[in-house]
Amino acid sequence: MTKDDCKKLVLAIIADIAPDEDLSNVKPEVRLRDQLQLDSMDFLDIVMELRKRNGIEVPEADYGHLASLDSCADYLTPKFNALAAKG
Amino acid sequence: MNQARVVITGVGLTAPNGNSLQEFRRNLLTGVAGVETIEVRYMGPQPAGVCHFDPLKYQKKKELRVGTRAGSISIYCAREAVSDSGINFAAVPTDRIGIYIGCTEHGNVETENEIYAISKFKYDTRFWSHYHNPRTVANNPAGEVSLHMGITGPAYTIGAACAAGNLGLIHAAQMLRLGEVDLAICGGISESIHTFGIFAGFKSQGALASHEDPKKASRPFDKARNGIVVSEGGCLYTLERLDDATARGARIYGEIGGYCVNSDASDYVLPNPTRQAECVRRAIAHAGLQASGIHIVNTHATATPQGDIQECEAIRAVFGEGCPDTWINNTKSFIGHCMGAAGALELAGNLPSFDDLVVHPTINVDNLDPQCALPGLVLNVPRKVGKVDTILNNSFGMLGINSTLIVKRFLA
Repeated sequence: MTKDDCKKLVLAIIADIAPDEDLSNVKPEVRLRDQLQLDSMDFLDIVMELRKRNGIEVPEADYGHLASLDSCADYLTPKFNALAAKG
Repeated sequence: MNQARVVITGVGLTAPNGNSLQEFRRNLLTGVAGVETIEVRYMGPQPAGVCHFDPLKYQKKKELRVGTRAGSISIYCAREAVSDSGINFAAVPTDRIGIYIGCTEHGNVETENEIYAISKFKYDTRFWSHYHNPRTVANNPAGEVSLHMGITGPAYTIGAACAAGNLGLIHAAQMLRLGEVDLAICGGISESIHTFGIFAGFKSQGALASHEDPKKASRPFDKARNGIVVSEGGCLYTLERLDDATARGARIYGEIGGYCVNSDASDYVLPNPTRQAECVRRAIAHAGLQASGIHIVNTHATATPQGDIQECEAIRAVFGEGCPDTWINNTKSFIGHCMGAAGALELAGNLPSFDDLVVHPTINVDNLDPQCALPGLVLNVPRKVGKVDTILNNSFGMLGINSTLIVKRFLA
């Protein structure tokens, strides 16, 4: 998985949890909360959906890595690739 | 004690056969039932009353995803009621508005859904939703209205089994008289069709309706009745003190005339006609009336074999044979049992009688049970009557809670 793939995957999750938001122009380097109507419960949704859909665990101490699409990709892409390598 | 007069100034509702008072009333007068067949988890097809309002009329998609069906029904009804009242809502101090919503139960739907969801993950509770607690707290429906409308006054639910709809109105009238609020949004709601447990519980009790035609499944007073049709629904009113309502030139649907709430203290589920009759008598006395001064009695009857007979016994004890101007009907025959919404919805269906002097019928009575043959029972077709100045609404519930609410024609 590339970082771009990872960003698309996270955006797909956000599209489901924030269905009223226009996601066509999300800036990857800007904090998601600064450009979208997302609250702390929504970030828990992202964590839950990563667990449900992809088997990815995000420990509470790492929630800060989900701040922007870029930071999501930096943090999650190695996790996805590690999971894929395990088969 | 401040006995300020309290009046109904707005109605917002969703019923299985209508999403406004006008549509609901029209269907009650033209015999249109709203029961259909739905698939119930673990149980298969069952007759049920389903509401078809557009939740996106007022809510955003995200609100629907995060909130509950009960919250959504409440928001729709609250917004419709406030709109119908014509009040300048933005000018009412938000902390002077109270939200009092009756419900039979709350939380079963979300709990069942979460257990079902984690069953797909080997019951691993890491997959349990973080929304479960805010969705299942008992005040959820009122809280969602508060959040949605920015109302900062008291907002809570009243748990009173199937008497809850009446209690929402009664409690609101009391709070207005106490001066706690200036505007009350009140009534009852139910999301019960989304929980299999309600259906299964009635089935185990031998009290769940079945019929090849779902529209004929809810048949109070008919000899072939065989139980309750579970329905969802909601009906919220705006109530105001008369002085406030007249000062702003509000249209007034009716005045809270009297009420009573009492308890059987005799059984978990079986009704007690002695206490029911006591409740009705006390409400009539509270309204300063005689039984003969009641023109419409809207019954609670749910179409259980025993419960209908017992309510008829209570009504017979109060009204006897000497009330020629008293007409009796039942709304559940059209919409099933809307649980916490029942009392509020059934009252709404009768309010237009003040204007058109027509009593909507009880439908689906092919063979009247002789034990339910009350004088004045309006069967299968509407009846034009000479006078409707008072409507008495019965709503009873499990654990023996009884409620009777009387609404009077408004006379300045």
